[in-house]
Amino acid sequence: MSAPLLELRDVAKGFPVRDALGRRRGAVRAVDGVSLIVPKGSVLAIVGESGCGKSTLGRLALRLIEADQGQILFEGEDLRGLSARALRARRRDMQLIFQDPFASLDPRMTVEQAVAEPLRLHGIVPRAQETQRVAELLSRVGLRPELARRWPHEFSGGQRQRIAIARALASQPKLIIGDEPVSALDVSVQAQVVNLLQDLIRELGLTFVLISHDLGVVRHIADRVAVMYLGRIVEEGPTAQVFGAPRHPYTRALLAAVPGQGHANAPLLEGDIPSPINPPSGCRFRTRCPYAQALCAEQVPPMEGAGHVAACHFQQNLPPALVGQDVDTGGERLRRLQAYFTDQTQRQGELA
Amino acid sequence: MSTPVLDLARVTVEFPTDRGRLRPVDGVSFSVEAGKTLAVVGESGCGKSVTALAIMGLLPQGGEVGGGIRLGGEELLALTPDQRRARRGGEMAMVFQEPMTSLNPAFTAGEQVAEALRLHQGLSPDAAFAKAIEMFARVRIPEPERRARSYPHQLSGGMRQRVMIAMALACRPRLLIADEPTTALDVTVQAQILALIDEMKRETGTAVVLITHDLGVVRDHADDVVVMYAGRVAERARAADLFANPQHPYTIGLLGAVPRLEGGAARLASIEGTVPDLMNPPPGCRFAPRCPFAIARCAEQPPLAEVTPGHQAACWRAPLDTLLEQAA
Ligand SMILES: Nc1ncnc2c1ncn2[C@@H]1O[C@H](COP(=O)(O)OP(=O)(O)OP(=O)(O)O)[C@@H](O)[C@H]1O
Ligand SMILES: Nc1ncnc2c1ncn2[C@@H]1O[C@H](COP(=O)(O)OP(=O)(O)OP(=O)(O)O)[C@@H](O)[C@H]1O
Ligand code: SF4
Ligand code: SF4
Ligand SMILES: [Mg+2]
Ligand SMILES: [Mg+2]
Repeated sequence: MSAPLLELRDVAKGFPVRDALGRRRGAVRAVDGVSLIVPKGSVLAIVGESGCGKSTLGRLALRLIEADQGQILFEGEDLRGLSARALRARRRDMQLIFQDPFASLDPRMTVEQAVAEPLRLHGIVPRAQETQRVAELLSRVGLRPELARRWPHEFSGGQRQRIAIARALASQPKLIIGDEPVSALDVSVQAQVVNLLQDLIRELGLTFVLISHDLGVVRHIADRVAVMYLGRIVEEGPTAQVFGAPRHPYTRALLAAVPGQGHANAPLLEGDIPSPINPPSGCRFRTRCPYAQALCAEQVPPMEGAGHVAACHFQQNLPPALVGQDVDTGGERLRRLQAYFTDQTQRQGELA
Repeated sequence: MSTPVLDLARVTVEFPTDRGRLRPVDGVSFSVEAGKTLAVVGESGCGKSVTALAIMGLLPQGGEVGGGIRLGGEELLALTPDQRRARRGGEMAMVFQEPMTSLNPAFTAGEQVAEALRLHQGLSPDAAFAKAIEMFARVRIPEPERRARSYPHQLSGGMRQRVMIAMALACRPRLLIADEPTTALDVTVQAQILALIDEMKRETGTAVVLITHDLGVVRDHADDVVVMYAGRVAERARAADLFANPQHPYTIGLLGAVPRLEGGAARLASIEGTVPDLMNPPPGCRFAPRCPFAIARCAEQPPLAEVTPGHQAACWRAPLDTLLEQAA
């Protein structure tokens, strides 16, 4: 494994909870003791259901919000120890892309202004070369440079997300965190943006943290995946291993619930996620876990394993995981048609 | 064959807008039989919700419906507004993506289900509330007695959607339309809700129209499927047929655009460009500007034609197998 670009050590963040009268009523432990390593040049995905703390973790990693405890090491340097000024200088190395392409661009800035802003902020190129660089960045993300003078509202969701990506790339960052970067897009446009991200990661050697609840997208582009439940990581490992041989009951349930794998009759997880204000003692998953025993309420399960780790007392004793069957019903014909479809699409793209 | 519960014949919907008349639904036909689920799939703006609202008679002011919509053989478009209102809730019910917008925040969940029962089944208030609690238990809401006395904001998203399903099914409707009922929910909860709809359908013989943009949901839960593109039906088939033998280029692209859990594909198929502006749709086939297989003839509108028995596609080049022969 190459040297980590980003490493989190036992990071935690709570938010105060207030009642209708504004009185403090405890705290949400949104992120509760998370340790993670993101090797240089790799894609790490963070998955889990709504409210498990994915976005909070992403913001903590970039020090966009302040952690309550722990270390956030970027190239070995603890971001929490940096002065405001030093942090500002560091910002060029790390960028965030949001889910909502409609909210993340300033409606009063043209595309050129939006993409040029980080160039100027971090003094990436001399003023005279700005227009040229913006044009390069736009074509890099598959947009015609002539569009630079247009306003965000003139673009579709997919195009806006391309603009947001161009803006993120402008400062030549080492790390990009994408918080559900393709979740708001329609399938066909999502595929375009996923392909673009993959190309950029490969060609620019980017390190990418993908926050997503879409397990298909994660399987497709991530090298490693971390599964979160109620503020904690419950499993982490190489994507193929986590998907092919999940070790934590929650990971298994999550994977089994994805529709379209030909096991619609798999046992379903009962109930909803418990409130993060009063999480269950011991293993936080125990209220929904089909394998829970007395020990699970008493002791927090430790992370076990090497390379592929999971936090479950009984991970060695679980029945074999139900893994998606091959439901590729379209078979060879569909594969050939799709190949032909892509081929012809590319050919036409070259002509255009 | 028995009369389908729902039968749409060349349904069109038009809205007057500042820019002129908009036709988001243009000649849509399909039918659903008792105890079956028909999925309507397609990307944002293709007309799924407008079609559903047209069936329910819930289109916003100004929306005009053409063609025919029959429920159990009765032409709904010939009914008076009062008659249609009477069919809603009783014979046909709808579940929306965001249950919060269709629940009244001022009444408890139980009161709202009881109200539907009073209106459509003429039950007394007490009997209706008791039946509501029974329905809550049926849709597996934990502690149904207590939950029936909760207000909507006190329930989780998944629980609210269960309340909506309880309400929709309380009167044993012949038709249930579920418009993206799980899009706002987490996958584990989505799986519970879809399983619940399947189970209710089996018990009551309700015909279900399931609107979704998720092909995985179609694969697991639909008997039949209609693929819509820009207001028209692109392909219509038994669900198993559609996946085994897709015939429309748009379907081919869509199937390749979804990343698979087993991994494998190095690159997703991408359909270039975006959906057309419905105000200025392309002449002829609406998929033509994005279709890698388009030919001169595609400037004319292709009819929805039978490719194999029970499987129709609106494409001049279907069956697509001939393309492969040419490519080989
Ligand atoms: N600024 C805040 N103030 C109070 N609570 C917060 C704040 N931000 C997040 N939370 C709470 O922290 C928990 C984690 O939230 P977070 O947004 O990180 O989840 P997430 O995994 O990104 O969810 P989603 O998939 O819905 O985006 C939730 O319970 C949330 O309500
Ligand atoms: N009241 C209205 N007046 C004018 N146009 C409308 C109205 N309601 C919907 N439309 C238009 O009709 C088209 C189809 O909308 P519809 O809501 O049916 O799409 P959909 O397939 O349900 O999409 P989604 O997946 O985003 O829900 C859209 O272009 C929409 O803008
Ligand atoms: S520790 Fe216990 S409750 Fe937690 S996942 Fe393992 S078996 Fe289930
Ligand atoms: S009719 Fe022509 S443009 Fe339309 S889908 Fe078929 S080949 Fe493509
Ligand atoms: Mg989030
Ligand atoms: Mg809709």
